Amino acid sequence: MNWAEFFSMGGRGFYVWGSYGAFAIAIIVEIILLRARVKHAQAEAMAEMLAEKSKGGAR
Amino acid sequence: MSLYKYASPAAFYPLAGKLIPWFAGLATIFGIIGVYLGPFAAPTDYQQGEVYRILFIHVPAASIGMFIYVVMAIYGVLALTFNTRLSAMMMEALAPTGAIFTGLALWTGSMWGKPTWGTYWVWDARVTSTLILLFLYIGYMALVNAIEDKKRADKAGALLVIVGSVNIPIIHYSVTWWNTLHQGASVTVTAAPKMASVMLTPMLSIGIACWLYAIAISLVRVRAIILEREHGRNAAWVTAEFATTKGVAAS
Amino acid sequence: MKIAIDVQNSGETPDNAPERGFLVALARDVKLAARSKGEVIQALAFFIVVASLFPLAIGPESALLKRIAPGVVWVAALLSVLLTLPRLFANDYADGTLEQLALSVYPLPVIVLGKIVAHWLMAGLPLALLSPLLGLQFGLESRELVVLFASLMLGTPVLSMIGAIGAALTLGVRGGSILLALLVLPLYIPVLIFGAGAVEQAMVALDFSANLSLLGAILLLGGLVVPFAAAAAVKISLD
Repeated sequence: MNWAEFFSMGGRGFYVWGSYGAFAIAIIVEIILLRARVKHAQAEAMAEMLAEKSKGGAR
Repeated sequence: MSLYKYASPAAFYPLAGKLIPWFAGLATIFGIIGVYLGPFAAPTDYQQGEVYRILFIHVPAASIGMFIYVVMAIYGVLALTFNTRLSAMMMEALAPTGAIFTGLALWTGSMWGKPTWGTYWVWDARVTSTLILLFLYIGYMALVNAIEDKKRADKAGALLVIVGSVNIPIIHYSVTWWNTLHQGASVTVTAAPKMASVMLTPMLSIGIACWLYAIAISLVRVRAIILEREHGRNAAWVTAEFATTKGVAAS
Repeated sequence: MKIAIDVQNSGETPDNAPERGFLVALARDVKLAARSKGEVIQALAFFIVVASLFPLAIGPESALLKRIAPGVVWVAALLSVLLTLPRLFANDYADGTLEQLALSVYPLPVIVLGKIVAHWLMAGLPLALLSPLLGLQFGLESRELVVLFASLMLGTPVLSMIGAIGAALTLGVRGGSILLALLVLPLYIPVLIFGAGAVEQAMVALDFSANLSLLGAILLLGGLVVPFAAAAAVKISLD
């Protein structure tokens, strides 16, 4: 089986790859968005921690 | 005793952190196997041609989309009866993934439906129920996001999901009934034909991969939620956590 | 509560018996609504206007209009009830009365049930009473009009009940009314299906009793469960 044949999926390539593609995109987008959320939360927690530390040092 | 310990976000955070690589790693392995067996290796179906390969992802998406709502309802009961914050956080962590899988079930279903039934959308009982399930997810997320007070948002969300889950059988029954009443007007939809084991194996491995992925991503999200919520209120353990993992303590 | 009942003189209902809580809440809300009759009339007018939009949008072909009449009337009723839901709790929440009611001697579910019944009397019942008129405009026959009326009589209380849970959960929340619609409308679907379905069955001369029985069953089930769920929702919002 050659690649062109594989991608055409017997003429149904649009539907098959439209499904798998949407699946992949959804998961990738979810991971990217979540990674941004995690980074943000960590940065905020870290900032707070450092602020606490400097406050403690000043006392 | 040891299990109860993990009902506290502070104790659960590092545990989840240890579990995530396992779930994510196994999900990747099963995903690769499934995607190799599914679109590549499985033979062409003599009835449906190549289109049936969509079912390898459609069926897992639909079942996970449904199951996550049930899991959320169970967490909702825990959240309301035992007043555990972690349960509500788990609900919040699961909802987006449940909604995504439900949306994907609808999308892949319509991509399968066009070549099979000749139309992208059929007001079939299962399709309609899935659409309503998506609305329930959206409603939950909208409610939890709209309420500023997190404690109230947790409980309100839990109650909403419990009410929703009690309604799901009624909704499903009503939609099925409605569909039989109007059957004459719509395309007759038969269940997916039975699959041979060469076709079952890829679906199973993709299914397992999706399960593991859903668990892993929810754990990542619940960790983010714990961090977001706890760092302002009770920073001690967060500080300790970061000190050990990021080596900030040395500075 | 038992002690209080013993103290009361026999014959009359004791002051803090649960059923009195129901009546107090019911009478209070009805009285408040009677003072602002405008809102009831507005909801009715909205019901008629929405239903009248369909012939204008679709065209005056009578066979088609008759075919869609049950659905149109039911959707219009649904939306009209939806618009009135915020006033179930919002005013009492804003001026602190709801908190007082929650702390009163009466059990909260009973009070909430009283408020739900009051809401139905003001928002659901008028729609049911007016529905035959709308049905006539869409060319329904007398038998179908009776079924339409019956389905609304059984179904609109359920709309008030489910709506009460949503209204309580969204109390004081930003953009509450759209959120309320988003929460409540999916849960309204069974009522819509069975309600409109009953009229459709009657139109094709089939047995419509199953639909009405199902609506009745939902109503009974809801009456048992919803007061507790809605009371829990009120408590969550008050905390």
